[in-house]
Amino acid sequence: MAIKDKLSGNEAVAIAMRQIDPDVVAAFPITPSTEVPQYFSQFVANGQVHTEFVAVESEHSAMSACIGAEAAGARTMTATSSQGLALMWEMLYIAASLHLPIVMSVINRALSGPINIHNDHSDSMGARDSGWIQLYCEDNQEAYDNLIQAVRIAEHKDVQLPVMVCFDGFITSHAVENIELIEDEKVKAFVGEYKPGYHLLNKDNPIALGPLDMPAFYFEHKRAQAECMQNAKKVIMEVAQEFEKLTGRKYGFFEEYRMDDAEVAVVVLNSTAGTAKTVVNELRDQGIKAGLIKPRVFRPFPFEEIGKALSGLKAVAVMDKAESFSTAGGPLFAEIRSAMFDYAKDTKAINYIYGLGGRDVRADEIKLVYQDLIDIARTGQVKSTFNYLGIRE
Amino acid sequence: MIKVFERPKSLTDKPFHYCPGCTHGIVHRLVAEVMDELNIRERTVGVAPVGCAVFAYEYFNCDMQEAAHGRAPAVATGIKRVLPDCVVFTYQGDGDLAAIGTAEIVHAATRGENITTVFINNAIYGMTGGQMAPTTLIGQVTATTPYGRDKDRAGYPVRMSEMLATLEGSAYIERVSVHDIKHITQAKKAVKKAFETQLAGKGFSMVEVLSTCPTNWGMTPAEALKWLETNMIPYYPLGVKKEVE
Repeated sequence: MAIKDKLSGNEAVAIAMRQIDPDVVAAFPITPSTEVPQYFSQFVANGQVHTEFVAVESEHSAMSACIGAEAAGARTMTATSSQGLALMWEMLYIAASLHLPIVMSVINRALSGPINIHNDHSDSMGARDSGWIQLYCEDNQEAYDNLIQAVRIAEHKDVQLPVMVCFDGFITSHAVENIELIEDEKVKAFVGEYKPGYHLLNKDNPIALGPLDMPAFYFEHKRAQAECMQNAKKVIMEVAQEFEKLTGRKYGFFEEYRMDDAEVAVVVLNSTAGTAKTVVNELRDQGIKAGLIKPRVFRPFPFEEIGKALSGLKAVAVMDKAESFSTAGGPLFAEIRSAMFDYAKDTKAINYIYGLGGRDVRADEIKLVYQDLIDIARTGQVKSTFNYLGIRE
Repeated sequence: MIKVFERPKSLTDKPFHYCPGCTHGIVHRLVAEVMDELNIRERTVGVAPVGCAVFAYEYFNCDMQEAAHGRAPAVATGIKRVLPDCVVFTYQGDGDLAAIGTAEIVHAATRGENITTVFINNAIYGMTGGQMAPTTLIGQVTATTPYGRDKDRAGYPVRMSEMLATLEGSAYIERVSVHDIKHITQAKKAVKKAFETQLAGKGFSMVEVLSTCPTNWGMTPAEALKWLETNMIPYYPLGVKKEVE
């Protein structure tokens, strides 16, 4: 029987961590992720987990300690936000290249500067090429569910890559919503015992981790890393199917909301998808064939699947809560549009950058985006491809 | 009517955001009074930290730059090297200076950078909500040490002033407290001496100020002052740790 509760996103992932009972957690506080290791440290103090908890002096050291712990054969987790993730940059790439299946909650917050503590996706979007798998979550339930699945995905023998589970700072991390928790023993059975693929001080297989890799082999090692990311696609779906059997909750590469006969659609990550769904419902009531796609898996990028899902539509707006400064749209737009080039060539695509630094995005603003799409669908003309939503110009 | 007391010119009119009983306000005032007395406001640049004092740039009436968490001494180094005739100071808490920015403060002192640091030690991470800091005392209850800091699990509190005093580049290091009037007066003298050390071009100067955090310590302001005196001073002894003539 599922356990019904009311929790913030941070409480939910801290509880998931208690249920997973990792061997090591190393973390440093940063708003708005601070509560995750804080709640968890209380589980440690109360003896509810067997975890070695290390209150390190910075995120640079947090990720380094996670790398060391995971290399020593321990199931390792952490959490961070924004500048914390930025300070981990160097180690993110090392964790991925050493195939260390660390699982980290990334509570999305805008990057400095200027300094800001509110939500956008500039932190995790900046880490998109670090070699980590990235899962995005609309609400506390998805944060909880994805964190549990992340352990299985990361540790799968064909993957062996770290995973970040990203959800919106304050909006999801601090807002309390209803949630269904899984019983402790079922979570433990689902994640299973950690059996590292390789680890230090294994007498049967002595290894050196992270030695100098010159031009003779570096390229092959990067290619092998990409292969693991390719394998992750299959594993992510297998784990999702098993998770659905356990909970009845269905997960895939992305959620398709009222897309069956849709003519126009918005693609948007995380909590804003919740707001946009209410707009879709309203438009549907007016007879407008509006839909929504909410990517869950951004790394690996479901190129073919999302491209095909957008084929046949008249117009698509990709909403980015991060500025890439490419002057050609945000990071999500660049990849979605690239997929559409192969699979949805006839669909018009526009980009809206929105909500930077926690600027609230309202249903009436999202309606403007759909109105733009409706106009494009009617006229076949795109007036402006790259746009900003809810900003003073 | 003769005006006998006024707000230092080196403070803006902006009301402090600090919690009731927090000693940041006192220390801000001391720094501002010293800037006034040395008549250096027009050539002083302050570097603000990340932490409770993140809004220091709102309060000090001089040019200010916001640094990333812990990086203030490195940013100050850059400013001072370009503007050697300016007075450059950093204002940092223990999460900033004694945790994430340990490398920066150590190496600013090692290089003998001619800057001044005001270091607020309140034995806890204040802004993030009262987690254990490297300066947290053994047995002290925090959000991440609900039964008190355990040395076997979390090690020992770090004495930054003593550590930095071992470095050749440090010219003046003193630890002070602001828990009563007498100590506030002494603290001001130390802050002034630190700025004078910089003005004399002697090298790195730092004043560590033992401070309270009534909110995260879970005490009234009066209790917090008492707690500082009875618990912090024995572990963090006051006094000059290093002084180059």
